[in-house]
Amino acid sequence: MLKGYVPPYNATVVQKLLDKGAVLMGKTNLDEFAMGSGSTDGVFGPVKNPWSYSKQYREKRKQEAHGENEDSNWLITGGSSGGSAAAVAAFTCFAALGSDTGGSTRNPAAHCGVVGFKPSYGLVSRHGLIPLVNSMDVPGILTRCVDDAAIVLGMLAGHDPKDSTTIQDPVKPFTLPTFADVNKLCIGIPKEYLAPELSSEVRSFWSKAANLFESEGAKVIEVSLPHTSYSIVCYHVLCTSEVASNMARFDGLEYGHRCDINVSTEAMYAATRREGFNDVVRGRILSGNFFLLKENYENYFIKAQKVRRLIANDFVNVFNSGVDVLLTPTTLSEAVPYLEFIKEDNRTRSAQDDIFTQAVNMAGLPAVSVPVALSNQGLPIGLQFIGRAFCDQQLLKIAKWFEKQVQFPVIQLQELMDDCSSDFEIEKLSSVFLKQ
Amino acid sequence: MSSLLSASSALSEDALRRLKREMWARAVKLGFRSWVGWRRGFTSKADPQRSDRVTAEVIEHLERLALVDFGSQEAVARLEKAIAFADRLRAVDTDGVEPMESVLEDRCLYLRSDNVVEGNCAEELLQNAHRVVEEYFVAPPGNISLPKQDDQEPFSHI
Repeated sequence: MLKGYVPPYNATVVQKLLDKGAVLMGKTNLDEFAMGSGSTDGVFGPVKNPWSYSKQYREKRKQEAHGENEDSNWLITGGSSGGSAAAVAAFTCFAALGSDTGGSTRNPAAHCGVVGFKPSYGLVSRHGLIPLVNSMDVPGILTRCVDDAAIVLGMLAGHDPKDSTTIQDPVKPFTLPTFADVNKLCIGIPKEYLAPELSSEVRSFWSKAANLFESEGAKVIEVSLPHTSYSIVCYHVLCTSEVASNMARFDGLEYGHRCDINVSTEAMYAATRREGFNDVVRGRILSGNFFLLKENYENYFIKAQKVRRLIANDFVNVFNSGVDVLLTPTTLSEAVPYLEFIKEDNRTRSAQDDIFTQAVNMAGLPAVSVPVALSNQGLPIGLQFIGRAFCDQQLLKIAKWFEKQVQFPVIQLQELMDDCSSDFEIEKLSSVFLKQ
Repeated sequence: MSSLLSASSALSEDALRRLKREMWARAVKLGFRSWVGWRRGFTSKADPQRSDRVTAEVIEHLERLALVDFGSQEAVARLEKAIAFADRLRAVDTDGVEPMESVLEDRCLYLRSDNVVEGNCAEELLQNAHRVVEEYFVAPPGNISLPKQDDQEPFSHI
């Protein structure tokens, strides 16, 4: 739909980075209009996870499959900001921006072994971010370590007159001191997040992480978010409804793809949109329009908004009871091969994969996915921390402490680099501090 | 068989299930082929995932509102599954709960002062459009409705 479109302005987040001297290296691939959880449905093709080519994964594969074409069974990155996650994981850039409406930054971050940070809704400007769900979108930040994410956030956070949904409170700088008060923390483990589809490896890393906090003196308690099982349904209704509205601007008249039909405006719009949108986007637009029909509005859209309040209240109640941060898995399992992922359609996959991440968007809370360890297959697994609204700094402090404890291994891409940097050099690259 | 088919369309779900079981038992005796033929006719009623809300009228209405088309029978099936998925919300008790539009509902929306600070970039904006005449975007004639579904083949444009 946006073929040939050159934006006549920069998004605020991009402009802020450029003003601070960042070098824009390029734009990354994603699911079309950020709809999807695998980065497989983009116009430019699917995104391959760099870990498919890592030494850690390849060595485990050698033990199993033989005589298989090496490149045929590559893994997905997760989505929808998969290209950004892949770029950061493959050391292509210092940091990358993504968007997070239902987990689209945190999901690929977990699959690609990088830090994926979703700021509180209202902290970072959405001006220039193509809107998917106006009440849930935020720009996401992908980096290799939590310190880098804090640096980027420090540059991006703050009120923007061009985005009236940004809060006006003054924003403190985001330097992260070393967190020494782990024993004063209260970590909540939501029991409804123990989904039956959760892989045993992720579950075991989750419980090891909880034990880690406990062993350092933190209080780790089980909490309840009773409406969790409905959150994915609620998200589905609200997302498709807002999408139906937000995608209405793409008609080919002022920008983007336009087809040649000249019979009438309606015919031109219809044909342009048929050509410009893929099945996923069209499906969501139609579902959204269905839920917004007069006869369905009350039963679906309004109902979903009410359920959203219940879900947001669940979080408020938990945080009011003394919990500082919630610890949950980010994804159900490690990254799966592309050939397996495409066996189910986009909607089903999104409903499955967004299960741990989208409730956070509905409540507008900050969350971060931190890579924890490698699975038995040699693939990254991440865990998610959810913080209180606008307590992003505290959330990152805790995430940084945790990151230091788990010491996630660096990806070894030596086979792809001919005159290769040694492992030592790669480790030096993993955190580059910008002098301010 | 055909008389039974027309009679069962008036039955309730329970009765339909009972009938299905009886028929299945009979079909085993009669032979597999006839059973398959019978079942095919009833797939839509027996399948719990399909709701019969997406009629041809609804399809046409949605296509006109959204100005995107379904394109195929699979897309309609996907919509039906989406509706069935969304129906799960009915189980939640929301009496006395206000709908939530934004998580920032307790805050005041920022309004900037009404001064012109930027603009005058008509040329840049026009560059992205395909059809432009002087400073105008060119659109085909308006106020002409899309042809009705009957006048065009369903899913002719895939």
